[in-house]
Amino acid sequence: MKVLIFVEQRDGTIKANAQEALTIGRKLAGNSSDVAAVVVGKDVAIEGLDGFGADKVYSVNGEDFANYNVISYTAAVDAAVKDFSPNLVIAAASPMGRDVMPRLAARNDAGIITDVVDIQAEGDAIVATKPMYAGKCLADIALEKSALQIVSIRPNVFAPEKSGDGSATVENLAVSIGSDINLKTTEIRKGESQRADLTEAVRIISGGRAMGAAEKFSILEECADVLGATVGASRAAVDSGYAPHDMQVGQTGKVVNPNLYIACGISGSIQHLAGMRTSKVIVAINTDPEAPIFAIADYGIVADLFEAVPVLTEKLKGML
Amino acid sequence: MKALVIIKKTPDTETKIKLSGDGKSVDSSDTKFIINPYDEFAIEEALQIKQKAGDCEVVIASFGSADTKELVVKGLAMGADRGLLVSNDGLEDADSLTAAKVLAAAIKEEAPDIVLCGKQAIDDDNMHVGTMVAELLGWPHVNVVNKLTVDGNAATAEREVEGGQMEVYEFGLPAVIGANKALNTPRYASLPGIMKAKRKPFDNKSPSDYGLDASALQSGIKAVVRGYKFPPEKPAGKLFEGEDVAVMVEKVVNLLREEAKVL
Repeated sequence: MKVLIFVEQRDGTIKANAQEALTIGRKLAGNSSDVAAVVVGKDVAIEGLDGFGADKVYSVNGEDFANYNVISYTAAVDAAVKDFSPNLVIAAASPMGRDVMPRLAARNDAGIITDVVDIQAEGDAIVATKPMYAGKCLADIALEKSALQIVSIRPNVFAPEKSGDGSATVENLAVSIGSDINLKTTEIRKGESQRADLTEAVRIISGGRAMGAAEKFSILEECADVLGATVGASRAAVDSGYAPHDMQVGQTGKVVNPNLYIACGISGSIQHLAGMRTSKVIVAINTDPEAPIFAIADYGIVADLFEAVPVLTEKLKGML
Repeated sequence: MKALVIIKKTPDTETKIKLSGDGKSVDSSDTKFIINPYDEFAIEEALQIKQKAGDCEVVIASFGSADTKELVVKGLAMGADRGLLVSNDGLEDADSLTAAKVLAAAIKEEAPDIVLCGKQAIDDDNMHVGTMVAELLGWPHVNVVNKLTVDGNAATAEREVEGGQMEVYEFGLPAVIGANKALNTPRYASLPGIMKAKRKPFDNKSPSDYGLDASALQSGIKAVVRGYKFPPEKPAGKLFEGEDVAVMVEKVVNLLREEAKVL
């Protein structure tokens, strides 16, 4: 099977999810000459790909690609598809991957599976598992009838593994973007938060309705500072105006997959559990011993979060 | 001006998903269905565009089963002008690209200035259809939009990406916009709105009305669901209660380090 990896970068730096995608691509391809990567951007440092098994890296480089733009990036990846003729394109199920891949699929009449957590090859056909209903169940989906197949893989599920220390041959690919492009990226505004995005965070501490007020999230912020965690919120907290929507974890918020998730004053509605149940270790702090969150918690503490969290922060300070 | 909103019928977020005995399908026999929550932000945005533009028709369209009509009518009750349901009869297993092909054909005939939909449907969580419709029509799209400004034939949109970062786009209409929750607060349908909705124009169509061949669409389906399963159950955790808070917290912190090895 021939596999093309779409390598995601921001500000010229390759994202870790590209190494995850390459690792999977190499395993599915079998033969390293059947694996290529495509890097789109301006003066991207591609050393991060060394050793991850791509023999060839297509570089689509230039001012037109300095800022992410779905029209120009889709054209760039499509050019690599036309040159390499892969059976399969793999991207990360990140905001960028999830923007480009559906356009690429429609352009090539290709089958596509998004947010994959498990993947197998049956000959040259892909069968992949993806969460449905924010993870309430999983679907096994086959792309049997598609000449070109596309998958995006969920970040932080597949471990990146080096296969050697070889560096790839870079092939520059000229892609011209017409001046009549009907979408212009005018500004990319950095987030105010210095913390990792919820969807990429390794540790998360979240607050629910019991937080009671927006300013009380400061006790979670203090704990997050010590942990190097990102702060999240339940829908109840967001709908009560205690936290902005981009902090919401759950079915109508973000689906998260950290190593450690600490739920504070969150009862655990079905839609919240769906969004965080794949966290590797879950800690719940709640005054109600019957709260559904305790059913999926590895460690539960029946206590008032306003008593427990400051103690937790102090204990962690002494340890980390 | 004409704004068209694509909606999808999805299970309510509080639904406990049940599977058929053979795992081949999701058992929705006693599921409450709603308008995909993100699509409600798209409807609200279209209604706000109408309020600003004055002369603007808002069409609510869906590709789905016959009972999707009542959800389209809910959109009319919020203030939209006309409903359009393209039947998926015989195409119940359509994948996202097939749905996009049908909707793109309908939209081509409707010729709206702007198409709005939710950033994703909360059943398959794919984020496919709006983007694919844009590609099939050769239009720009911006998905996960927190802010939209339409000025004549030009528009700007702010798209939320990781880490709270915002990408700002300028584009010409027609275009497809995927609504995020931060875009607006959807209105509730008023009682007069609900009464009026039943008398608003409603078109029932099938793919063949747009020159599409149902059997070609059927044989073009590429993503085939083999079966569904539940995620593995977690073993019961350790629950601490009734002790001094500091003691309980200390026990858990020690377990996180020594047993779970995440600290």
